[in-house]
Amino acid sequence: MWVYVLRRTLLLIPIFFAISVVIFSLIHLVPGDPIDSLLGPGSSKGDRAELLALYGLDKPLPMQYLYWLKDFITGDMGQSIIEKQPVADMIFYNLPFTMRLGLLSLAISFFLGIFLGIISAAAKNTFVDYIAMIIALLGVTVPAFWLGLILILAFSVNLGWFPVSGSGSFSHLVLPAVAVGLGGAGLVARVTRVSMLEMFNKDFVLLLYAKGLSRNVIIVKHVFRNALMPVITILGLRLGWILGGAVSIEIVFSRPGIGSMLLTALFRRDYPVVQASLIFLTMAVIIGAFITDIIYSYADPRVRDVYK
Amino acid sequence: MSKVGTASRHKSPWMIIVKRLSGNKMGMLGVLIIATLILIAIFAPLLEPYSFKAQDIGNMNQAPSGDHLLGTDEFGRDMLSRILRGARISFVVGVASVAISVVIGCIVGAIAGYYGGVVDLVLTSIADLTWSMPAILVALLLVAIIGPGLESVVLAIGLSYWSQYARLIRGQILSLKGSVFVEATRSLGASDFVILFKHLVPNSISPVIVAATIGVGNAIVLEATLGFLGMGAQPPTPSWGAMMSSGTAYLFISPWVIIFPGIAMMITVLGFNLFGDALVDIMDVKNRESNL
Amino acid sequence: MSLLKVSNLAVEFTADKKTVKPISDISFTMEPGEVLGVVGETGSGKSLTAHAIMGLTPLVGGKVSGSIEFDGVNLLTLSASEMQKVRGAQISFIPQNPMTSLDPVYRVGDQIVEGLRKHLKLNRWKAKTLALELMEQLRIPNPKRVFEQYPHQLSGGLKQRIVIAIGIGTNPKLLIADEPTTALDVTVQAQIMRLFKELTTEKGIGLMLITHDLGVIAQVCDKIAVLYAGNLVEYGDIREVFKKPKHPYTKALLDCIPYIGMEKGSLAAIEGNVPTATNFPIGCRFAPRCGLVMPKCTESFPDMVELAGGARVACYKYTEETVAG
Ligand code: SF4
Repeated sequence: MWVYVLRRTLLLIPIFFAISVVIFSLIHLVPGDPIDSLLGPGSSKGDRAELLALYGLDKPLPMQYLYWLKDFITGDMGQSIIEKQPVADMIFYNLPFTMRLGLLSLAISFFLGIFLGIISAAAKNTFVDYIAMIIALLGVTVPAFWLGLILILAFSVNLGWFPVSGSGSFSHLVLPAVAVGLGGAGLVARVTRVSMLEMFNKDFVLLLYAKGLSRNVIIVKHVFRNALMPVITILGLRLGWILGGAVSIEIVFSRPGIGSMLLTALFRRDYPVVQASLIFLTMAVIIGAFITDIIYSYADPRVRDVYK
Repeated sequence: MSKVGTASRHKSPWMIIVKRLSGNKMGMLGVLIIATLILIAIFAPLLEPYSFKAQDIGNMNQAPSGDHLLGTDEFGRDMLSRILRGARISFVVGVASVAISVVIGCIVGAIAGYYGGVVDLVLTSIADLTWSMPAILVALLLVAIIGPGLESVVLAIGLSYWSQYARLIRGQILSLKGSVFVEATRSLGASDFVILFKHLVPNSISPVIVAATIGVGNAIVLEATLGFLGMGAQPPTPSWGAMMSSGTAYLFISPWVIIFPGIAMMITVLGFNLFGDALVDIMDVKNRESNL
Repeated sequence: MSLLKVSNLAVEFTADKKTVKPISDISFTMEPGEVLGVVGETGSGKSLTAHAIMGLTPLVGGKVSGSIEFDGVNLLTLSASEMQKVRGAQISFIPQNPMTSLDPVYRVGDQIVEGLRKHLKLNRWKAKTLALELMEQLRIPNPKRVFEQYPHQLSGGLKQRIVIAIGIGTNPKLLIADEPTTALDVTVQAQIMRLFKELTTEKGIGLMLITHDLGVIAQVCDKIAVLYAGNLVEYGDIREVFKKPKHPYTKALLDCIPYIGMEKGSLAAIEGNVPTATNFPIGCRFAPRCGLVMPKCTESFPDMVELAGGARVACYKYTEETVAG
């Protein structure tokens, strides 16, 4: 088991290189550069060259990448061209906000989704099933930002239960996390339902009934427990999709975070910031998927044996 | 069970699909929604009560009323007309971007599955890498590179979603390529290209069709999100995402500008999802992933 | 009082406004300590009969009629929760496929303990001790170790024994075993059969053994019930039936009894196939394959008649005789 975990952890290193190369080269395809916006009117070619040299933008691309990589590994992510402060500081200020939002959204996706999935599988083809599945479908049919806006209208403006925007307390976190989490909950609910219905047809379920166990015990302790495996797999695979909504949600609720930071930087062509935040977001998703994978291989005794 | 088999033995596969679909209530609802959407997209100019771009400064931010069923926006434009016109854009964006994803996905997946070895390893790694990056980030970056506008949005979405189709096709090809049929075709002197794209890909396409149906819905949602973030279709274009984006500023004054395009989108995407779900059942696609 | 008295048992399924009755008119009795062999080809309704007695058919949408009197109580009148106290406690079931009948994500020991705790109201420790005893009794090597293992880590024979342990652990009065040995090799098969025999003679458990293997029936059964296309066609004492089969179908079955060295499943040696529930013939369901068919046979259904000596058979050949005699 530990060997497997170690092997998977080491695999993150080449993934990091691949991702950073891809992001680095893509960003340098973006037309225009921030230097133009820094240069006042009437500045000379010499001023421009000077600034380019200052940010290392005059070197060939692979060289720029190597410099960047060397700095990144030592924890120096460069300077924000616009904000004039170290990118690392910006990232570490914003990261906790995004992490909190992401974790709570994931928790909502998982638990709400599982709840909906179980009740709809248990009540297959009844009114309850249809209602639960319509809720689940709604989660996947609308963009997170729209849900966020509607939640603001309903719970902040009309009911006044939660603050409209900001990030101070837990109550600031609730609506954004629900807006992001509902989409994931829909996904989880659908996978849970399908995989539970598949499990119902397995031979072992017949024996459980024959043992005289109650339907509730069979559904929750056995059928659901078995159906959880595919749910965890899908959760890991679609983590990026589930958390993608967080970027727009940070804008909707004017929350600080890597997403809103990325977007601002993208508009201002602030390369170092865009680069670092993209890499952090992507790596967060990959590490999340990696953790679900480990959980998966631990939760299923059959898979556990394969990696022993 | 066996009865279905005997009754439909003489019909073409398409007839069977249509027949089974007609028995699937939710699937039929999906078909109905999609058909309505297509009709609206085609006949939008005839259906619009007002011109979608006619500004009416005297009637800004009007709540829904007899004159303007769904209200007006911040320029006094009729929301109903704009939403009807927006159906066209959403539909085109959805279908066109999925077409791009499917084409790229099929080519990459087919080559990876057919040639195997290092080629497979490299292509699969690229696909996995793209898959693990949240599509919204990839699309944002691509729009930033290509520049804003509807065409670049289509291209960006197409380029962000191809990997799932590549995975599906690759899996199918892997299971098909050892078959006697492929050996026979090869011994008749068919080139790799012919074997791949005339025989293997068409035979592997059904899970892709199912995934693509649901993918249209995802693409429409992604277009709206890009529009909302200011990276989508630019203002005068009546895209649902752009409408919601410009409506955000007036959220508390005229919430209908946000609510109605969202509901239109909800119904549309629901239609594609229901249809796709029904196809999963009908075509008996084994891959659970494509179901999502 | 009989242990089990099944009368006019029938199960029907409705789908797409069409109703099929895969089993009907099944009546037989079982006494404590008796071993009843239920034989028939695939599709004869053997498993469905077992499921109906266990109260498992509603799970798949089957409607049961007739009566199933167990220990003097008609099981069909019990509520779902009352039935749960009978299932697994008084009547146990050993399913057809031991390879896939255990929950893959729990330790096998816990799966034995689960039923013991539920029905015998034991605490965890006592249940575990009892489970280990049971495993020992079933000659599972190194029970303590096996207890902690997961189904995929065990061989087919061990899994089979775990499933049997689940079945007998609660001291049921009736054990229904559906093809319990198909997945096993011959030596293990013989061991298991010996074990069943012990259980019935020592503990007085009634055993209903469903199989298409007449060899197995000959070894352990007291009574035999022959099913054909959802009907009971012959029922009687094992020696009687083997010595002098009455029903043409039973005769045909015995004619193709496998001798040593012959491949399994040779029952198919009777020409033709068992009709399926959607197209049962009118009249005697064996008629299309019967060598002795008479005009009457294809018109109406032969009733079950009791012959001298207690054997019962459903065939016009015998109604004639009894009427004539
Ligand atoms: S009733 Fe007639 S057809 Fe049926 S078994 Fe007896 S003789 Fe044969």
